[in-house]
Amino acid sequence: MGISRRKFLKVTSGIVGGGVAAELGILNVDTAAAAAKAGKVPIKSGRQIPSICPYCAVGCGQIVTVDDAGVIVDIQGNPDSPINQGTLCPKGAATLQLVKNEQRWSTVKYRAPGSDRWEEKPLDWAMSRIAELTKKTRDANFNEFQDMPDGKGGTIRKRVMNTYAIASLGGATMDNEWNYLHQKLMHALGVVYLENQARI
Amino acid sequence: MGSNMAECHPVAFRWPLKAKTDHGAVLMHVDPRFTRTSAACDVHVPIRAGSDIVFLGAIINHVINSRRWNEDPFYREFVVNYTNAATLVNPDFKGTEELDGVFSGLAPDGKSYANATWSYQRNPAPGKGKGGLGPFSDLLLQQLPGRPKTDPTMQDPHCVLQIIKRHYARYTPALVEKVCGCSAEQFTKVAQTMLENSGREKTANITYAVGWTQHTVGVQIIRAAAMLQALLGNIGRPGGGVLALRGHATIQGSTDIATLYHSLPAYLNMPDGRKKHDSLKDFILTEAGPLATSYWGNYPKFAVSYFKAQFGAAATAENDYGYDYHPKITGDHSHMPMMLDMGAGKIKGFFVMGQNPAVGGQNARLQRKALAKLDWMVVRDYFETETASFWRNSPEILSGELKPADIKTEVFFLPAAAVAEMEGSFTNTQRLLQQHDKAADPPGDARSDSWFTYHLGKRLQAMYRDSANPLDWGIKNLAWDYEPEAKEVAPWRIKDEPSAYRVLKEINGYTVADGKPLATFANLKEDGTTVCGAWIYTGVVPEEGKNNAARRKPDEWISPNWGFAWPANRHIMYNRASADSQGRPWSEAKKLILWDPDADSGTKDLSGNPVRGKWVAPSGEGIDFQPTKAPAMVGKDAALGFDWLSGNDAFIMRADGKAWLFAPAGLVDGPLPAHYEPYESPVANRVYRQQSNPVAKVWRTEGNVYHGVADPKYPIVVSTYRVTEHHLSGTMSRWLPWLAELMPELFCEVSPELAAEKGIRNAGYVTIVTARGEIEARALVTRRIKPFVLDGKKVHEIGLPWHWGWQGNAKGDVVNDLSAMVGDPNVSIHEGKVFTCDIRAGRKGGRS
Repeated sequence: MGISRRKFLKVTSGIVGGGVAAELGILNVDTAAAAAKAGKVPIKSGRQIPSICPYCAVGCGQIVTVDDAGVIVDIQGNPDSPINQGTLCPKGAATLQLVKNEQRWSTVKYRAPGSDRWEEKPLDWAMSRIAELTKKTRDANFNEFQDMPDGKGGTIRKRVMNTYAIASLGGATMDNEWNYLHQKLMHALGVVYLENQARI
Repeated sequence: MGSNMAECHPVAFRWPLKAKTDHGAVLMHVDPRFTRTSAACDVHVPIRAGSDIVFLGAIINHVINSRRWNEDPFYREFVVNYTNAATLVNPDFKGTEELDGVFSGLAPDGKSYANATWSYQRNPAPGKGKGGLGPFSDLLLQQLPGRPKTDPTMQDPHCVLQIIKRHYARYTPALVEKVCGCSAEQFTKVAQTMLENSGREKTANITYAVGWTQHTVGVQIIRAAAMLQALLGNIGRPGGGVLALRGHATIQGSTDIATLYHSLPAYLNMPDGRKKHDSLKDFILTEAGPLATSYWGNYPKFAVSYFKAQFGAAATAENDYGYDYHPKITGDHSHMPMMLDMGAGKIKGFFVMGQNPAVGGQNARLQRKALAKLDWMVVRDYFETETASFWRNSPEILSGELKPADIKTEVFFLPAAAVAEMEGSFTNTQRLLQQHDKAADPPGDARSDSWFTYHLGKRLQAMYRDSANPLDWGIKNLAWDYEPEAKEVAPWRIKDEPSAYRVLKEINGYTVADGKPLATFANLKEDGTTVCGAWIYTGVVPEEGKNNAARRKPDEWISPNWGFAWPANRHIMYNRASADSQGRPWSEAKKLILWDPDADSGTKDLSGNPVRGKWVAPSGEGIDFQPTKAPAMVGKDAALGFDWLSGNDAFIMRADGKAWLFAPAGLVDGPLPAHYEPYESPVANRVYRQQSNPVAKVWRTEGNVYHGVADPKYPIVVSTYRVTEHHLSGTMSRWLPWLAELMPELFCEVSPELAAEKGIRNAGYVTIVTARGEIEARALVTRRIKPFVLDGKKVHEIGLPWHWGWQGNAKGDVVNDLSAMVGDPNVSIHEGKVFTCDIRAGRKGGRS
């Protein structure tokens, strides 16, 4: 991680994270010096792509800057957005580090049953294996009918066309389009344990 | 209330601050902790976590007994016309005053309600309607209820206003002192300020976040706020309303286009084996019957168009549009019971995408142990989350309780594309859809979430292609073609991304015959000639090639040309109520939409003369009402939807067109908010004999042990919350060097009084214990937290931000190891905002 930035961050954290730090008695903040330093941070140039902040639900507009090689080099607040008018909070302002992060994984990892380590695998292999497991699990655990309470103390046989053997839990920072595709596929397979961060 | 907006939604907090500095708005913060939000507000009132309904109920009591509310004609006009205050309720209804804390209809076992007595008194049912509307609509017309009876003087003892008066009579400032722990003066200041700033010329807003939802009475807290706002005339008007500050970029979209077990997209209910849902007809009549006199009268169109979207050409009138092949739910399959069923071995395979239950789930230890029971698990994320690594280095592995060799779960980690690396849309907390464009390909084998689900579906469809088994009809006939056009992928290395535009167009809806997008949901049909994934989003793609979510023209107010606010670009829902019963703006200052009697409605009468009069919005705001229905127009009794509603029925999604002060249906725990203590509480309920929500969801199972009422082992209230620098379970923040360094370590906020009692030193370690688990944190001894004195008893409260886990750059114990699985009965949300614990100085295991 960016230890070399420690000194700079010790100053800037006075602006955005100083509340707790100050109460813990750690920092002696000089915000004027931080502001002066921030004023000298160079603004990256390149092609500007409109985007939306991936964190909370306020929906701040962002501008993603891409250099000539097509690499994302900066993410800033979009001044046109009527929501944030160019501003971002500490998380939004750090979005670039979500994209450019040496700890981010970009290959498929696989852990075999009982193993104590990850192995790298090709994406295509993983997709085949996941599809195969999905089908096998669904087919072995599919319910066409189920006896349900009839409200009079007895039961009534109902067509349910579902499986309880597969569950899906999604995050809420994933596109509307994904939500649509995913509910559609899960319903087609009979999956009813279909949940999202949106509940909790 | 229930929100620390300055820290959790800082950019949005600019706007109330601007209202304060530029327009003299009064900001009030009612919250257990003194936070940066409190610091920026004019007033901060600390109340004990979980006492919100007492506070809100007392404001309601204050308002409806105030001289201002009873003498200013504004309130009467708003409430009589736009709420159900005048509606008469079944004389058999009994409330908490008669039944000491519960409502009529509680089952003998005390675990569920039958709501028959919560119903309205009604006039006789109308004769059968004219018909010819469509096969399902005509059936709905035959089972319409009579109009609700009302007493416009609001004096009848069974009318809603009188019921509310009786219900909240005991919610006094003195009770607030005893239950909430603030002073009567502090309370009265807030109540009076709300009242004085609500009326013809001014509106007041209530903003909340998960501080209100994460309770066993979460839904009822928000209802109490909505009731107060309806009584004050603050709904449907600029500056009014109840604003939910939600926590994720498209958590609203995930709810709208639900990846939630109980819901189909756009708030249609999921077919359910427990209900009369045996055919599409049964499904529509059961679900839409009670709602048919609202805009939900169009339910048949929404439902048939959904099934057409699901199964395409294979969905026909003859096969009930594939209804029989669609799954049904049979119980509560939500997050918490899902994880318990997983722990019991019922679930074999698990997709976890962009979610981290090993840290974020209640009773997280139990959730991690459930993962070890799976046959397989697919995790998609940016980093090796705690969920992905549970088998390798979780606390259970490190303690030796579990061994990797014994965990048979086959785990796949698939790297995910970042938002900047894919095209798609988010729906923000104001229902605004906004497009994000793709700026670059994701690295290596990272792919978009849509890519994963699309290609999994394609592979599965290929595997089922030759199946003749009718159980496979659904996957075999799934309409699943989102191949991109060449130009969509031309700039990119990855050529097989599904077309986000084609997905959004299907969500929007189109006509089967020519594939043209639907401009409005008014064009939907129930005869299978339209396809629509989620009717509330119709209009986002109003014509081929046009994406309104990508509009980027701001203005100084509503910005109707920035993104797309569902429904139909209406930014303030129920905005008919922004005008009075004659259709005139309540005041110039609060003008939004109005009835223009001279405007050309665009229609002609039988003689061919233009019909005058329509609703107009100088602001460019979408009109949330039938555009040509005059304020004085009386609805037809034997009709559906808009035709049934009258010109003053502003609340078009309610079956009576009114804002519900009293909820005759739709809630499982009572028609009115009543104070129940949190499931784990340091005190007995002082309001009623009934201690906690009688129908709360509880799961008494191994590893999910609850504390007793005023449990001497766990006397301290704990509330969990978030900080500015981290996001939820930390996957999107603890790996980021800047954020990890800004907020490196778990801490626990403790009052100086509690610190003195327990020998806790600022910045020293403390251990927090519950029956579920034990964690350690650094103590932050601060006057921001203070003990409450409740009827003479001192109650301590501590605060814990919950972002940390064992992975990433900033590590710490998992706070959710402390919490229990217990939930709201309406929506199965947990009670992470308030439970009980004990705290001691020093590290776990007795280290100092």
